[in-house]
Formats: sequence, structure tokens, C-alpha cells
Amino acid sequence: MPFELLKFGLPKKFNYERHADFPVPGKLKNTYDVVIVGGGGHGVATAYYLAKYHGITNVAILEKSYLGGGNTARNTAVIRSNYLTPEGVDFYMQSVELFKGLSNEFDFNIMYSERGQLTLAHTDSAIRAFRQRAEVNKHFGGRTELICPDDIRALVPGLNMNPANMPVLAGLWHKDGATARHDAVAWGYARGAVQRGVELHQLTEVTDVLVNNGRVEGVQTNRGRINSRCVIQAVAGHSSLLASMAGFTLPIVSYPLQAMVTQPVKPFLDPLVSSSALHCYVQQTSRGEIVLGGGSDPYPLYNTRSTLELKESLVAHAIDMFPFLANLRLMRQWAGITDMTPDYSPIMGLSPVEGYYLDAGWGTWGFKATPICGKTMAELVASGGKVPALIAPFSLQRFDHFAQVNEMGATAASH
Amino acid sequence: MKIMPCPLNGPRNIREFVYGGELKSMPDIACCSDKEWADYVFHSENRAGVVTEWWMHSASAYWFLVERNTVTDEILRTFDPGEIFSLPKLSATGE
Repeated sequence: MPFELLKFGLPKKFNYERHADFPVPGKLKNTYDVVIVGGGGHGVATAYYLAKYHGITNVAILEKSYLGGGNTARNTAVIRSNYLTPEGVDFYMQSVELFKGLSNEFDFNIMYSERGQLTLAHTDSAIRAFRQRAEVNKHFGGRTELICPDDIRALVPGLNMNPANMPVLAGLWHKDGATARHDAVAWGYARGAVQRGVELHQLTEVTDVLVNNGRVEGVQTNRGRINSRCVIQAVAGHSSLLASMAGFTLPIVSYPLQAMVTQPVKPFLDPLVSSSALHCYVQQTSRGEIVLGGGSDPYPLYNTRSTLELKESLVAHAIDMFPFLANLRLMRQWAGITDMTPDYSPIMGLSPVEGYYLDAGWGTWGFKATPICGKTMAELVASGGKVPALIAPFSLQRFDHFAQVNEMGATAASH
Repeated sequence: MKIMPCPLNGPRNIREFVYGGELKSMPDIACCSDKEWADYVFHSENRAGVVTEWWMHSASAYWFLVERNTVTDEILRTFDPGEIFSLPKLSATGE
């Protein structure tokens, strides 16, 4: 045994730096300025920006399970901004910009890796839609363009250009497309928030939202009652259930979305590749694993068990795109519950209950919005309910006025 | 393969069916407000537990109702909408 090591082992009192990234906050207080329900990426990001930019630190994040254990851990970590509507492109583009600086800001590596994202078109109508998306993106300063099959071959050498007898006609090449370590994003935000005085209470489940005369007064939890005149719900996958505790319904239907990951192999695939017709997207993580994601299940469920049908079709389509994947073994598969809205845009901002703010309807596009969502929700809350212009189009009231923000054409795999 | 017991066609692969949304009562188009109509069109209870919802058998275009548990993914009961709605009876003779 090296003598140095023995030297450290012998003294009874070992002098080391006591440090915990997430110190256990102890007892719940009776009252907080802001209560955030949901300790996923969005919730902790909101707390982080509240503390950092607005000096609001008397904040409790209530998480029924553990930090970042819900959809933050279940998404496929795609970051992109090549959406269809001006509102959407503007919003997601700012999110991508924030992502780029997060590792530095946190002093914690979120493994942000700009790879570019390629969406394949197999029909003329898809090419038309892609052209529109490329132009909207360019208008807002994004790097998105339509490319031809020769370019695609050069970008992705292993790709089958005729998957399932649907020839690849063109591609939407989005240079800003990226991936990152999704857990690290939640950890970085949570650490930054906790260091600034925010309390992260895990294993604390909200069982009721207390509303009096149309105003929120607090929440009931499995650890007792908490008073607060400002409550934010950020519970992707359970948005409708929490909203019903607050006494209103949402335009949301919850479907499972399944994904899986293979054993790690040498790096071969740089861009994130998805096919609009095959309902499949494929990417290689920095660890070498291939992540496969697909479309949502065909009917609503609150159940994260995966189904054989979806697994079969997802694997079949992935092998159609990259035939050699047939030689790999699958390591894990899982599902997350996605809160789908009728127009494929989120629901952010005010709710029918005063002081109760919504961060919901994040369907299959929640992870990539984490930074900008946290930032704008913090602005909203700190200003006492003045909705930032960036998220005004995503209000719950848009449905009352039939003013939907249609992003249906912009999902990587059309769900 | 998951089986849907169709009231008209018997047990069939669930892939032959299309989910049609939860059962809710339609407001009177003639006199309801825009907001009531928007609520009906867009909002849903989206409950975790036993729900009653519309399904259609694609091949026969037959609409029916299903009681289903959205947490356990169990189909509890399927029945003809005639049990809830009083539809004008079609007579076989055309009378």
C-alpha cells in the first residue's frame, strides 16, 4: 500500500472537505414565496433563474420522486430549433442559445455537443413543408437548409437511401441541432438554485392544490400543508392531474412515447437523423450507444410499460434506415408520458386560478425548451403575472380564441 | 398483440381500431358560447384511472364505447352507443 494512502487512513479524524451538491433541506417551512411543483428540468431551471436574476430565493421545489427522474430522464436529449411557426422558431432558438452557454455557467459539464440534425423527406409534400421550415428558420437567423440526396450520402455514409422502399428525396439539414446529457442539465440547474438558497424537497408529493375564491393559497403535500400565494406546476406527464386538483381542465391528452438504446459501438454517426415517414429517429450518444426514438403510442395511457407493437415497428424502421443496426443488442428500453396538446405547442403562463402558473403541454418537445422555459417562467412569476412576449402565444387562453400555434408539421417523428 | 373486444366484430387486434377521444356531452351549438364550444373541442379530463371513451373499428367504420383503465392498460368493457344514446332504430325491412 502506498505510504501516502496509509497516512490518510491512520488518523481518527480525516480532514476532508465536507461538500454536498444537494444538501438535504430538512423540514418544510410553513410558507414560501414561490412553490414549484415538479423537480424536473423545467422546475429547477425556473428556480435557478428566479434566484439568479430576480433575487427570489424563498422557493421550494417539491418533487414526488427524485430530481430529474421523470421525463427529464426519459427524453432522447435532442436539442433543435427547426420548427415551423415564427413563434416556435423564435422561442426554441433562444433555448438553443442558452444551452450553448450552460456548461460554463454551471461550471459543470452538460456534454453539449453540436452535431447537426437531419430530417429525411420521402415525399413531395414533406419537401414542401421542409422548404417552408428552412425559410422560417433562416428568417430568424437559424442555420437550416434543404439538402439533396448527394449531400445526405456525404453527411451520413451508413444511411440506407431507400429505407422501406421509400427513397430519400431530400433532407432538412439543421446545423444548430445538438444533444446534451439530459440528467446533467437538471443537476446543473438544481445545484445552481440550491447554492442560491432554493430548497429542493424530494420525496414530497403534492396531494392537493388549495384554492380559495379563485386564488391559490398553497398546496397540501404528503409532508403537510404549505402556504404560498404563488404556485408553478411543471409536472410533464401529469399536467392534467395536477390541474384537476386546482379545479380546471387542460387541452391535453397523455400518451406514452417509447425509446430504446443499444450497446455502445465506435463513433460512426455524427448528426442526429430522423425520418418523417418512418416515425423514427436515430442518434449516437457521446458514449457510443445508439438511441432510437419513435412515435407516440396510438392511444392515451398513464403507463410507462412499453408495448411489443411499438418496439417492433421502431426497431424495424431503425434497421431500415441503418441496416447494420441489426447486429447490435438492445440494452434498455423505456417510455415516458407525453402531454400532447392539440396544436403541438406548449401551454405556458397564466391559469384560471390567480397566482397559479402553468408550465404544461410539453408533449415530445420539453427537454429542448428547458433553459428558455425556466427563464421565461421566472420572468412571469417575478413580475407578478406579466406574461413575457416570447411565451404570450402559448397561453392557455389561445384555445378559447381558436388561436392555436400549429407545430404539427415540425415534430421530428410525426406523432 | 392486444385484443379489443368489439361489440360488433368480436375480439380483434387493437391495431384495427382508432381511438376517438373521451366521451363528453356536446353543448348545444345553437346557443352555446365560443368558450363553451372551445372547451368541448379542445379540453379533456385526461383522467388516470377508469375512463369511458369512443373507439372506431376502421374496417367497418363502427363507432362504439370502451371503458378502459388508463393506468393499467386494461379494457374493462366495450358496448354499443345505443346503451347511452337513444338512436332511431333502423328496421331491417326498410319500413
